Amino acid sequence: MNYEDVVDAVSDLIVRAQTELPSDVVNALKKAYENEESEIARKNLEVILQNIEIARKSKLPICQDTGIPFFFIEMGRELRLNFDIRKAVEEAVRRLTPSVLRPNAVHPLTRKNSGDNTGIGIPVVNLDLVEGDRLRIVYMPKGAGSENMSQLRMLLPMETMKIKSFVVETVARAMGMPCPPIIIGLGIGGSFDVSAKLAKKALLRSLDSMNDFELEILKAVNELGIGPMGLGGKTTALAVLSMLNHCHTASLPVAVNIQCWANRRAEVIL
Amino acid sequence: MILNKVDERILNLRAGDVVYVTGEILTARDKAHARAVEMLQSKQKLPFSFNRSIVYHCGPIISEDRVVSAGPTTSERMSPYAPKILEGADLMVMIGKGGMSGEVVEAMKGKAVYLAFPGGAGAFAASKIRKIKGVFWEDLGMAEAVWVFEVENFGPCVVAIDAEGRNLYEEVERNVKRAYDRASHL
Repeated sequence: MNYEDVVDAVSDLIVRAQTELPSDVVNALKKAYENEESEIARKNLEVILQNIEIARKSKLPICQDTGIPFFFIEMGRELRLNFDIRKAVEEAVRRLTPSVLRPNAVHPLTRKNSGDNTGIGIPVVNLDLVEGDRLRIVYMPKGAGSENMSQLRMLLPMETMKIKSFVVETVARAMGMPCPPIIIGLGIGGSFDVSAKLAKKALLRSLDSMNDFELEILKAVNELGIGPMGLGGKTTALAVLSMLNHCHTASLPVAVNIQCWANRRAEVIL
Repeated sequence: MILNKVDERILNLRAGDVVYVTGEILTARDKAHARAVEMLQSKQKLPFSFNRSIVYHCGPIISEDRVVSAGPTTSERMSPYAPKILEGADLMVMIGKGGMSGEVVEAMKGKAVYLAFPGGAGAFAASKIRKIKGVFWEDLGMAEAVWVFEVENFGPCVVAIDAEGRNLYEEVERNVKRAYDRASHL
């Protein structure tokens, strides 16, 4: 496996994620469309579904906010690379800007745009060592409209029953701004920083994999009635997806990472 | 209804109406709003006019003079700037997503409407843009520059805030608050 192979594979991966929404998300949106009664809610979902079709057929980015690039890389411990995997990922991002990716990365204080979607700490690369000799790369672009509505709270250790109300409160505060119907990534435990990372990673899970706890929170969120694009309706969220870690006996970190309906993700195994 | 010119007819639009826009629109988001307000406050002349314009809260992807994807951005971030911009206009249309709040809703009365375009529908929106007529403030970067687009049947746009001050988001918010309070008592 050489540097160019990885750059090409990651480039394909980015184009695929930006232009084709995963089928579990599309199916959830179709179900929402059938389920909605309000004319405005149906119209919004109809356009969203049309947009997904146009993007897929014409190979165009689903949304102009092509996000900040996140990579979750699993590297087999038997694999030996004679190049820096981070550099290869960075190169792919650079090559696709601006033909597919909008230049989104700016310095946090000067607000100067780097012009190529790279910068200090960007792309965000999470590297894990696993068994075997394979390289698995998962790519998720994350837009700002939804990211801006995310929240983290350090609950008291015995407040497990408050997790649900914290999610509902976070969604109620976000209203139509994160492009509902949203997907909610919920990180529980770990520490201040780990809970946020878990919440983000949870967004990679299939929407069809919700457990009873997650379905209960989803029901409460949808009873708010925010609806598609915040104009009212039955579908405020498509899914609640959680991940948890053990944590200190004295703390209960909970992070809610809001994702827009365009829950773009794709993976490649080399 | 097809809106092809910003004139007094926009005052007759009512919250909940669905319209399609044909004609010229200007994109403007955070940095363009900040710069415009700064220039207006120091009595400088803008290189374009907001009066009788259609301002689209959008940061498009443009590649080789082609609009690749161009859905709306979150309008709420423009709420603090919009009242100052509205001061110098007798009529104006804004298009975005998620709604606007605060002073701006009052400032819109009798002169402006806010249209909601489905958020995230970037490829769909680009398919309604016929051509790029020009660009201002390109130094702000691709997403933040002011692009002048010629659009055709740009919509469906839902009139979400009308010139009488009726605001669909506020109505939804009231219901959400009731539902939230009910849930917190359980």
